[in-house]
Amino acid sequence: MKKIKRLYEAIGFSRLIIIIFLAILVLLTFALGLDSAGITSDVLVRIGLNSFFVLAMLPMVECGIGLNFALPLGILCGQFAGVLTVEWGLTGIGGILAACLLGSALSAAVGFFYGKLLNHLRGSEMMVGTYINFSIVSLMCIGWMLFPFFSDSRIKWAMGNGVRSTITLDGFYDKVLNDFLAFQIGNVTIPTGLFLAFGLGCLALWGFQKSKTGIMMKVSGMNPMFGKSIGINNDRMRIMGTVLSTMCGAVGIVIYAQGIGMYQLYTAPRNMAFPAIAAILVGGATLKRANIWHVIIGLTLYQAILTIAPVVSAQLIDDGSSLSEIARVIICNGVILYALTKIDGRKV
Amino acid sequence: MRNIGKEYYGVRVLKNVSIRLKKGQILALLGENGAGKSTLMNILFGMGVIHDTGGFEGEIIFEGKEVKIAKPSDASELGIGMVHQEFMLIDGYEIAENIRLNREISQGNILSRIFGKKLELLDRRAMRMEARKTLDSLGLEALDETVEVENISVGYKQFVEIARELNKKNIKLVVLDEPTAVLTEGEAKQFLDSVRAFSRQGISFIFISHRLEEAIEYADTAAVLRNGELVAQCSMEGMTAEKLSEMMIGRTVELIKREERQESAKTGGILFSIRDLHVAMPGERVKGVDLDIREGEILGIGGLAGHGKVGIANGIMGMYPASGTVLYRGEPLHMEDTLGTLKKKIMFVSEDRRGVGLNLEASIELNTVIAALRVNQEYLRKFAGIRFYDHRAAAAYTAKMIKEIDIRCTSGSQPCKRLSGGNQQKVSIAKALAMDPEVLFISEPTRGIDIGAKKLILSYLVKLNRERHMTIIMTSSELAELRSVCDRIAIVTEGKVAGILGPDEEEYKFGLLMSSSIQKKTGEGENDEEDKTPV
Repeated sequence: MKKIKRLYEAIGFSRLIIIIFLAILVLLTFALGLDSAGITSDVLVRIGLNSFFVLAMLPMVECGIGLNFALPLGILCGQFAGVLTVEWGLTGIGGILAACLLGSALSAAVGFFYGKLLNHLRGSEMMVGTYINFSIVSLMCIGWMLFPFFSDSRIKWAMGNGVRSTITLDGFYDKVLNDFLAFQIGNVTIPTGLFLAFGLGCLALWGFQKSKTGIMMKVSGMNPMFGKSIGINNDRMRIMGTVLSTMCGAVGIVIYAQGIGMYQLYTAPRNMAFPAIAAILVGGATLKRANIWHVIIGLTLYQAILTIAPVVSAQLIDDGSSLSEIARVIICNGVILYALTKIDGRKV
Repeated sequence: MRNIGKEYYGVRVLKNVSIRLKKGQILALLGENGAGKSTLMNILFGMGVIHDTGGFEGEIIFEGKEVKIAKPSDASELGIGMVHQEFMLIDGYEIAENIRLNREISQGNILSRIFGKKLELLDRRAMRMEARKTLDSLGLEALDETVEVENISVGYKQFVEIARELNKKNIKLVVLDEPTAVLTEGEAKQFLDSVRAFSRQGISFIFISHRLEEAIEYADTAAVLRNGELVAQCSMEGMTAEKLSEMMIGRTVELIKREERQESAKTGGILFSIRDLHVAMPGERVKGVDLDIREGEILGIGGLAGHGKVGIANGIMGMYPASGTVLYRGEPLHMEDTLGTLKKKIMFVSEDRRGVGLNLEASIELNTVIAALRVNQEYLRKFAGIRFYDHRAAAAYTAKMIKEIDIRCTSGSQPCKRLSGGNQQKVSIAKALAMDPEVLFISEPTRGIDIGAKKLILSYLVKLNRERHMTIIMTSSELAELRSVCDRIAIVTEGKVAGILGPDEEEYKFGLLMSSSIQKKTGEGENDEEDKTPV
């Protein structure tokens, strides 16, 4: 009995519900005789595609700011870099690398100013982040119409000014990472390239946490007064965390876009921060503590539900796909709300 | 006379403890940290922790009847009040409001007659008068009841806490959990005198303390706990501190012995020269300190709480905005540049060990090496040009320190919040020592920790001074402690150095330096005004 109780405490109430829900869904796929191999492949791809968005939350929590509701800042930088690489006609792995590098550089600069802003607005970072998110996405809608950098007919509207709302990557680097070294186990496809990228991201962040700067960031985030007393510049640590997070967002959108085969511009990035936040919270992170395992567990659980639920509900009910969309929104926002009510997090 | 008897029988941390207390008596509850004192009192007060963890065994008999106390409000109804170790005051409220919290005096108006009592207005004047009466009876004529609590010093907060309990009409028993830990000796005396006066009026007190002398002086009986068992409940008559501590610890200990003086401290060159130091630390303002510190000495800084003694070290280390000149080895020290100061091998152990001194969530190991890692680039190893945390070296050093200063823990990876106060303090000191400092500022090193740890820490400081030739500036509210280890003691009153005395000077001289200003303060009453201005 005690063992069960301890296990329950380790998992936590919210994760337990999610796990039970997921288990029911998995059982249903077998019961309904759905294509479980295909679904598994889908889940794996989606985990890989969303990985960097969730990783982006890590440095932000670590430096004491909380969750990054303004993740679209980084996403927009990545999209801008990505569309430029299309304009320049870069293809294959080279194109992805170029987009990542350029996006990182841009987002580092943007993240720096975002961090500066947050340092002036201590205590309400997440609310400020949400508003920055919405306003910057709208601002970029104007930007996409006016930027003079693009001339390629595949990028521009056929008539008038401005960039198309979706930029297809067919012929550039569509699914290059997904297919890189991909292999099959039974009928399940393993997207090796995606997981290699995710692994590299995890490794880099893990290494950063073990480095001198990473340790200092963690200490400063946990207790700023303590940090000050040993001569750590807390403001700088917070800026650094913000920059890292924004850079992850930029890399994340390039990986995401190559997976779905296009860049979705204009208002598409507006709601991209929320699934990532929900995922890391499902993984057991709090506003004060997060680690790589929270990212991996949360990403797996959350994306698995999102992938399986529509398929199952479509089988069970007529017009099930819109029902699953509703369920998705409830899960995503409900988890965030639940975590925010427990702002101190679970007692460890 | 009507007898009030109480008995407890508990298990887990408490085994078959039964204590009894008569009306109007003061009971001193003694024991080392972790002996079960707080648990016992939490049971009496019906705190949630007790019931969340499965309740307790035994019974409580209050005024001859068995009572069930399931939540704090039950205890309040019976007339049992508690003053906790941590302050339970609302900072933004004025003193009078805090004293009458949840028992506000209200006046009816039209709306309240229609819609009920919730819409009544506060009668601030009546509340203030009520509060005033209680404060006066505690001998606090100087304290203005309309000041907001965040602007008063720690010592006064303690008085406000007890005023809140005593202000209750039906109060019969008050539990004081280490009420004097944050007070200076003068304040503690004033505090306990008023406690005694109240007990004469028929209110009973249970007070938990680490200061044996005051327990002997003020309590009628003592109950000594050790490892959750009652060692004895006995009368205080003819009791000595040695006897009590023997009962507490279970072995004979000598109370802190005065260390031998060193001659070299008198001849050392001047290391620090502090001129006109002002520090804007809330509640502990420094207002123009001039002080010279000699190389190789242990300098004590004493004084009443709220007078700025703690502010000196905090200002020099850049924790709060400071102005004035500080020369270190003849060169000006930039106080706002904490890192630069640390690099000069000047280290600081904060008086606020839970908030500033330690990172409670982090492990002992990380806490121990982090300062050295930050400042001296130690406990790092290079890999591919990047400096990584060297867990092995850090763990080795931590293990060494755990052994050397006897940190009681399961391992170096235990988080600091799981340690007792004394052991947390030891980790704070280990953190400072990892940097191999030449100068150590240490504030309130023994606040709220038990005698065993206290003695170890003080003698370790002396050892550091003698063997590593470390200059130590120790700030403490306990004069006896300063006198036992320091070479010179500076007394700070009203933000200035009132005088510097040798440790062997007679006690009344220290008292004079501290108290001369108290009389002045009552006359002026402007100090509170000044502290009100936000920083």
